Amino acid sequence: MATLEIDSLTKSYGSVRALRGTSFDVRAGEIFGFVGSNGAGKTTTMRIVLGVLAADAGEVRWDGRPIDADARRRIGYMPEERGLYPRMPVGDQLTYLARLHGLSAGAARDAMTRWTDTLGVAERRGDEVQKLSLGNQQRVQLAAALAHDPDALVLDEPFSGLDPVAVDVMSDVLRDRADAGVPVVFSSHQLDLVERLCDRVGIIRDGEMVAVGTIAELRRTETERWVVDGPPGASWIGAVPGARAVSLEGSRTVVELAPGSRAGDAPGGEQAVLHAALAAGPVHEFAVVRPSLTELYRDVVSSAGADGAAARTETKEEVPA
Amino acid sequence: MSTTRPTTVEPGATELSSWGAIRLVAGREITTRLRSKSFVWLTVLLVAAVVLGGVVLNLASSSGPSAQRVGLTPGTAPLAQTVTATGDALGTQVETVEVPDEAAGEEQVRDGDLDALLTGTAEDWTVVVESGLGETLGPVLTTMARQTALADAVEELGGDPAEVSSEMATAQPSVRTIGEPSEFDPARYVTGLVTGILLFMAIMISGQLIAQGVVEEKTSRVVELLLATVRPWHLMAGKVLGIGLVGLGQVALVVAAGVGTALGLGLVDASTIDLGAAAAWALVWFVVGFVSYALLMAGLGALVSRQEDVGAVTTPVTFLMVVPYVVGVSVAPWAPDNPLVVWLSYVPLCSPLLMPVRIALGSAETWEALLALGLSVALIPVLVWLAAKIYSNAVLRTAPA
Repeated sequence: MATLEIDSLTKSYGSVRALRGTSFDVRAGEIFGFVGSNGAGKTTTMRIVLGVLAADAGEVRWDGRPIDADARRRIGYMPEERGLYPRMPVGDQLTYLARLHGLSAGAARDAMTRWTDTLGVAERRGDEVQKLSLGNQQRVQLAAALAHDPDALVLDEPFSGLDPVAVDVMSDVLRDRADAGVPVVFSSHQLDLVERLCDRVGIIRDGEMVAVGTIAELRRTETERWVVDGPPGASWIGAVPGARAVSLEGSRTVVELAPGSRAGDAPGGEQAVLHAALAAGPVHEFAVVRPSLTELYRDVVSSAGADGAAARTETKEEVPA
Repeated sequence: MSTTRPTTVEPGATELSSWGAIRLVAGREITTRLRSKSFVWLTVLLVAAVVLGGVVLNLASSSGPSAQRVGLTPGTAPLAQTVTATGDALGTQVETVEVPDEAAGEEQVRDGDLDALLTGTAEDWTVVVESGLGETLGPVLTTMARQTALADAVEELGGDPAEVSSEMATAQPSVRTIGEPSEFDPARYVTGLVTGILLFMAIMISGQLIAQGVVEEKTSRVVELLLATVRPWHLMAGKVLGIGLVGLGQVALVVAAGVGTALGLGLVDASTIDLGAAAAWALVWFVVGFVSYALLMAGLGALVSRQEDVGAVTTPVTFLMVVPYVVGVSVAPWAPDNPLVVWLSYVPLCSPLLMPVRIALGSAETWEALLALGLSVALIPVLVWLAAKIYSNAVLRTAPA
């Protein structure tokens, strides 16, 4: 398998600049979560990857080479606008689509059987797609993306409209494909799901990637924050040079170690905080505070013109990691 | 050491050529069409209409004035040959019946079994009728009476009546035609009319199917999934090919039913028409006409996103089809050499609907048909280019909801 590289894509619709130099890559065997608000450019990026749209500038590479029609045919794609022939039976439709992706008639039929079994729509093979519930149509749509055993998966909002069981099935399938070495990229607004499922995440805002990295990387803050559950902070915080109380609520104190201070720069500088707190009374909890993906996302997409993932505001709610 | 082959080939995966993609798309169109009840019923109806039409036509043409029955007494029996021959010469079928005597004959005339009875002798006969000589039998017997009178006169003048009558039989008026010879041939007329209607219907229906199919893929958004795999022109070409083949099969079936009915019932025995050639030309023109219009329909269909808008957007093309169709079925059969008919039959997009009618009517020379065919075929690459351009640009664009 290979890496799917999205390099400096730009695209304008009239005067609207949908993409302004979007770049990221999806490596073999990883699940890449592509998040951003509506209209940020996720669907446009995916359509360009699949060749359904042409970019104004920039390049999509597969295995180090500009992607071509043959490579695209080996991608499994789930468009944002779900689409199947409404009056064509499920089985025939999946077989047809798999054959369009280059499978022989027999292999296509086998794949159709396998995926309808896996995704729990086996008993609907003979039914017209329009007779299925939306959730089942979605499963068929995923089967259509998977049936030709793709080299890469590009899925636009694959989880929207699925019940919890279907979400689990879908998650397992994506993990399984990634473990088989397939690069998987999907967009979603369900950030808890992205956080749980993805190896790396990219956040897009107004056509620009504002953060790309592993969840851990994104959550690593520029200044470390620690939560102390113990004696009220006001009584001991002054004893730690470079420490500043971000919030003081009863027994819970959130402390920030400013860079440039002795404690902030030295490795293990947080130990001074713990010692100071213990000196004042018993400590029940001491942990590093990391923002959730949801918080990161809110920050990133709401701070217009801010400098990416590092931009934080003091007002946000923080939870222990 | 044994070498092991790298097992990187995907199971069952093959390279998909352009032709492979087009064939798959066409195959889906054919399967979908053949499974559609409306298509099957339409075909059955068209075949039934052509066969029933032939049968009705046959009944209508054979229910004309039946043979006139003329009774002959033993005295007039030698006239049997003359009566029948004179009838034939005048286009009236006469059947002679010998009756035992005058009384029996008169009885039959009274009953209506006989239209007329000739009594007396072969040289001097009298006609017995119920109320009067009809318009059909009148001229026949009048001619016979005149010939008898002429023969008597010739004999009186010392001539040979047999010689005179044989000279008379071969005498022909010398005819010089100053206008176009207009010989009305019902078989040609019907064939022309049926060809015009059938081609119009088949091309119109297939064209609409193309436009609807294009819009269906847009409406259901499946086109995005398809275009991630195949090129727009693969999709368009496959659609045109698939629906075209089904349409051709449908037309061939109807034409075969029509030709079979006509030959089986002997409808064209009296005509100069070459039904096989007319049928072959109809199929050729269907292919040319279908491809031309299907391309236009595919391009136009891609411009809209809802089935409701298909009618509106294809109106110009429909109009383009209706004009030659109306000229073909309403003017051409009566005036095949009308300048409008002749000129329009050369114009691409009009000729597929008009030239086959002229061919069936027998008013088009072979070179005329080939010229019109050449012009129409020459336009197809232009239409391919135009339709592919419109289609590729528009097929993914949907109107704001």
